[in-house]
Amino acid sequence: MKNKKKILIVDDEMSVRRSLEEWFLEDGFQVETAEDGETALRVMHSAGPFDVFIIDIRMPGMDGITLQKRVHEVDKDAAIIILTAFASVDTAVEALKMGAFDYITKPVDPDDLSNAVRNALRQRELSEENIRLRDKVTELGLSSPIIGESSKLRQVMEMIDAVAETDATVVIRGESGTGKELVARAIHARSPRRFFPIVAMNCGSIPDTLLESELFGHEKGAFTGAQYRRKGKLELANGGTLFLDEIGDIPAQMQIDLLRVLETKRFTRLGGNQEITSDFRLVCATNQDLESLVKDGSFREDLYYRVNVFTIDVPPLRERPEDIPLLARFFVDKYARAMAKPVKEIAAEAEAVLLDYDWPGNVRELENAIERALVIGKDRDLQPADLPLRVERDAKRPSALALAAVEETHIRRVLRERGGNVTHAARALGVDRGTLYNKMKRYGIERE
Amino acid sequence: MIYVAFLNGYMPPGGDGLTPRLAESVPSQLEHLPVNFDLSAYYSPERGQYNATLILAHLLRHLPEANAKIVGLTNVDLFIPVLTFVFGQAQLNGPGAVVSTYRLRNEYYGLPSSPALLYDRTVKEIVHELGHTLGLVHCRDFSCVMHASTYVEEVDLKEARFCSDCSAELSG
Repeated sequence: MKNKKKILIVDDEMSVRRSLEEWFLEDGFQVETAEDGETALRVMHSAGPFDVFIIDIRMPGMDGITLQKRVHEVDKDAAIIILTAFASVDTAVEALKMGAFDYITKPVDPDDLSNAVRNALRQRELSEENIRLRDKVTELGLSSPIIGESSKLRQVMEMIDAVAETDATVVIRGESGTGKELVARAIHARSPRRFFPIVAMNCGSIPDTLLESELFGHEKGAFTGAQYRRKGKLELANGGTLFLDEIGDIPAQMQIDLLRVLETKRFTRLGGNQEITSDFRLVCATNQDLESLVKDGSFREDLYYRVNVFTIDVPPLRERPEDIPLLARFFVDKYARAMAKPVKEIAAEAEAVLLDYDWPGNVRELENAIERALVIGKDRDLQPADLPLRVERDAKRPSALALAAVEETHIRRVLRERGGNVTHAARALGVDRGTLYNKMKRYGIERE
Repeated sequence: MIYVAFLNGYMPPGGDGLTPRLAESVPSQLEHLPVNFDLSAYYSPERGQYNATLILAHLLRHLPEANAKIVGLTNVDLFIPVLTFVFGQAQLNGPGAVVSTYRLRNEYYGLPSSPALLYDRTVKEIVHELGHTLGLVHCRDFSCVMHASTYVEEVDLKEARFCSDCSAELSG
């Protein structure tokens, strides 16, 4: 059965309703008719939604213009064609101004009727496509670029999901390169504010003298060199999310100003006196221990309590080594595509080197290492020699992995070296097969 | 059974061979049926045209038996209340249809008469309307006889046969 388009014809003249009904039935539509506005609204409620409405402008009781308004209140994208006698063209024009898609004059040329309905359907399809694309964009935003399946990362993802829908201020803690900004963006993408911007600012990378202007904006002539009025990050983030990275680096005076803005959501641009209101959600990140900063007096205690509503700790890569192969694979694919190179495999020996290294620069360092490997590597699988020397050398020293992580990494490596053969791997590890199976189950290692 | 009714004795050029020709396209038995009634009752003086819906309603009274279908052929200009004109009208999945040759003639468009073209167009429009009475709706295939035609040139573009999809629907 074909998916029929639905049309609602509203006209007080039965002959017109019948003619149009038969015409559109022959055209393959599912047709409903109504003799007045009230009936039309009831039909819309019971048999809707409709793809197209054809509404007579002059009807006893509720006229076509009023019905059009009522239809749009229920379905703002409804495609409405107004049917009018020649004498009421002025009213039809008014209907167009109020959002009708088109009007046709009775009696209508069959070709004009077909065109009007075809165009209305196209508009309806476009607006539906627009909605689908918006949903897709949302979905893409939700399909996080945060890669990994480790339990530690799963905890982070759960926390992101838990806090995203709220408007709570979030502090993301983690070493450099762990992906704090990705976490902030994931929170924004899952939040009701996702259709507004996320505005990021790294407080540690901007000189103190410029920080204030970056955050609050300035009026023309506010200081030497301020030739134009400029909006600050606070203003740009209106409706969306303000992400302040390295919040521990904000100077003392600005901490007072920021606290005031967080409390009132109001501020003035530098050199200005007009108060500006901005509705933003604050997400901040730090690789410092904010509590220590509070204790030594370099971070205001009141600001600390203001921002520290919900905390997410992003684990360093060395604490989730099981994510390294997945991340490496992701970066190999990413850079192979960017460099238009054939997608490579990662040789077992190279993967072992990656697993043995403790990645002080975390995911960022791993990404750089893979990018470099793809730049210098030949058209073969990625080998240990392709990796930066520091990675290969340091991988040979004992790492600071937790005991369980060491065990898991070792089991994965031995299994890989034995082609996934559990019997051979158990023998090499000096345990029986049952023990190895139990450990594989515990660490979530699948049999290849 | 489908009855082809030449209303009030009107016979288009080549009309004698029309019923056998239609039988080549329509999967049903067809028979010629003379039908006479006064069309003036369905004339609209303000439009200068005849109401197709009312003519069709009258035509159905001449249906010889239940479960049969009837298609009337006339040369008067037809309209339905909301449209400026129609080439024909049918009841979807119903017993009746009516077709007019008035706007199928070249002369209507200021062109030299062409009996052959008129015959072709008449066959196509009758098959099209009968297709509706057999339950078919308009088809996207521009060469299929069930393609919607609001211009006579569009009638010329299509063929006097059902496309494979429409044929399948008829036999299904």
